[in-house]
Amino acid sequence: MSQSLLAGRRWGDARQGRPAWLLPLVADPGAMLAACFLVWLVATAMAPALFTARDPIAIAPRAAFLPPDWAHPFGTDASGRDILARIIWGTRSSLLIGVLSTGLALGVAIVIGTFGALGGRLAERCVARLLEVLFSFPTLILSLLFAPSLGSGTRSLVLAVGIGSIAGYGRLVFGQMRSVREAGYVEAARVLGHPAWRTICVQIVPNAMRPLLVTATMGVGQTIVWASTLSFLGLGAPPPAAEWGTMLVMGRDYIAQAWWLTFFPGLFIVLTSLSTTVLGRALQRTLAAGGR
Amino acid sequence: MNAGVRTRRLASGLLGRAAGGGSVLFVSASITFIALHIMPGDPVMAMLGGPTADPSPAAIAAARHEYGLDRPLAVQYGLYLWRLLHGDLGVSFSQHMRVAAVLREQAGPTIVLTLSALAASWIVALLSVLVTTRRNRWLDGAAASVETVGASLPHFWLGIVLLWVFAFRLQWLPPAGNSLAALILPTVSLAIPLGGFIGRVTRDSFAAALDQPFVLSARTRGLSDWQVRVLHVLRHAVLPGLGLSAWAVAALLGNAVVVETIFSRRGIGRQLFEAVSMQDMPLASGIVLFVTCLYVIASLLIEMLSALIDPRLQGARR
Repeated sequence: MSQSLLAGRRWGDARQGRPAWLLPLVADPGAMLAACFLVWLVATAMAPALFTARDPIAIAPRAAFLPPDWAHPFGTDASGRDILARIIWGTRSSLLIGVLSTGLALGVAIVIGTFGALGGRLAERCVARLLEVLFSFPTLILSLLFAPSLGSGTRSLVLAVGIGSIAGYGRLVFGQMRSVREAGYVEAARVLGHPAWRTICVQIVPNAMRPLLVTATMGVGQTIVWASTLSFLGLGAPPPAAEWGTMLVMGRDYIAQAWWLTFFPGLFIVLTSLSTTVLGRALQRTLAAGGR
Repeated sequence: MNAGVRTRRLASGLLGRAAGGGSVLFVSASITFIALHIMPGDPVMAMLGGPTADPSPAAIAAARHEYGLDRPLAVQYGLYLWRLLHGDLGVSFSQHMRVAAVLREQAGPTIVLTLSALAASWIVALLSVLVTTRRNRWLDGAAASVETVGASLPHFWLGIVLLWVFAFRLQWLPPAGNSLAALILPTVSLAIPLGGFIGRVTRDSFAAALDQPFVLSARTRGLSDWQVRVLHVLRHAVLPGLGLSAWAVAALLGNAVVVETIFSRRGIGRQLFEAVSMQDMPLASGIVLFVTCLYVIASLLIEMLSALIDPRLQGARR
């Protein structure tokens, strides 16, 4: 009895000693690995020159289509450019596309969800229907429909993928808002006479956001996948740029001769999306364990 | 509950579903209209031979009038909805044939692909869950990790890797075409991510169902572990995954765009991609509406199937 109490207290101390969000990482090696990979990606995105000495743009026709070896671990492309260097230099725009389009979708979803949950009965019904319809629309088809009107390039890719992912987040925000709306502390704030905007900003939105953190973490990886899918279909950044999706398009024409052109950029997309999923699930478990 | 009440509930439920399906179709028609009208470039030019052609102003005006593109946008929208209501999907600019005919020709292969991918992913997911969940700590963990990895694989990458390995390297399967053997690779590249996703969802609910009292009672009645899993637990565990299957059908139809492009398969996915890049508005909206229709049908069927599996859902409205 006393021992278990002691053990409990020691555990409690450990929890106090470290920030709570670190715990799942320590307990779960998979999540730890995912977090390390993501940290490395962010570092690469910020300072690509630290990780490779090669130029991602300069062409060297005589070194074209070299298979992976020691000098070029991931081989070279049709213009003799080092694939590894291009992946490293492409990290920034690929990550940026993921983060920005997730942010865009989440922002719009929060506005729609808040309006639907707090704007009265009619707004609630309209938003519920709209979200249901948007959700039934395959993300890829929605992005595909809007992509040409937005033109090509990174910015339109962000917009197209963002538009495509609004519905998923919208449903979540809407559901969250509707359950938080009924919470005791919201009623308390109302009874205390706080103005509605303050209750919304201080009570409802922050409390509804917490589970969204998990979804947004997973979402970044997913949006990178969507964005590279659109790039693959030829709707992405124009070719000279080193972006993972663009690299895939260029490799597509040589798939029979040079597999490394598409394999390695794709592998990084997979690893990124996998890492965000694993990390997101670990976060989810902590939040669930914390009683949120 | 007597039979009359039950029938009435069922009827009102069906009516509600039909109205819901109708509004889904209406909104998707509107979204398609908006998307295709804010597209830059002139569809008339696309129609008359692309940017390199040099049609006379009279020909442009005639084509514009023929397709109703010279009228105000609101009138075009009204006409578009009116024609849709009468089942008229219009004529495709790029294919020079009726959209309905294009759909008749192209929809079959895509539906076959979607169904085979859906079936394959459910089979893989169920096998993995039935065999490994709570069987052994390592096995459970390993299978869950495989499912997570599978779920995060992008279709196009998987498609390319499979194409390279099985079609170009080993030459076991054809890289393209519409034969039965050529169906395998596209199916697998669609089924692996979806199977991983369904497996993950089902694994959680399977584990939760294993903790239910009825499992203990079944075991005390002397049922073997397999009997408990297959006859009792599975029924509870499939419901969340089944609920997501309508969405999965829509997602599969969307992802068919990529997979059909990679494997040069005939189908509405590739057709949609071409229609969007050629600004073929009638064809694109026809395909999108058709996909939405399939989604509505799939969600109705799946709702009925769920009610069949879980009698508690019968008559209950969401």
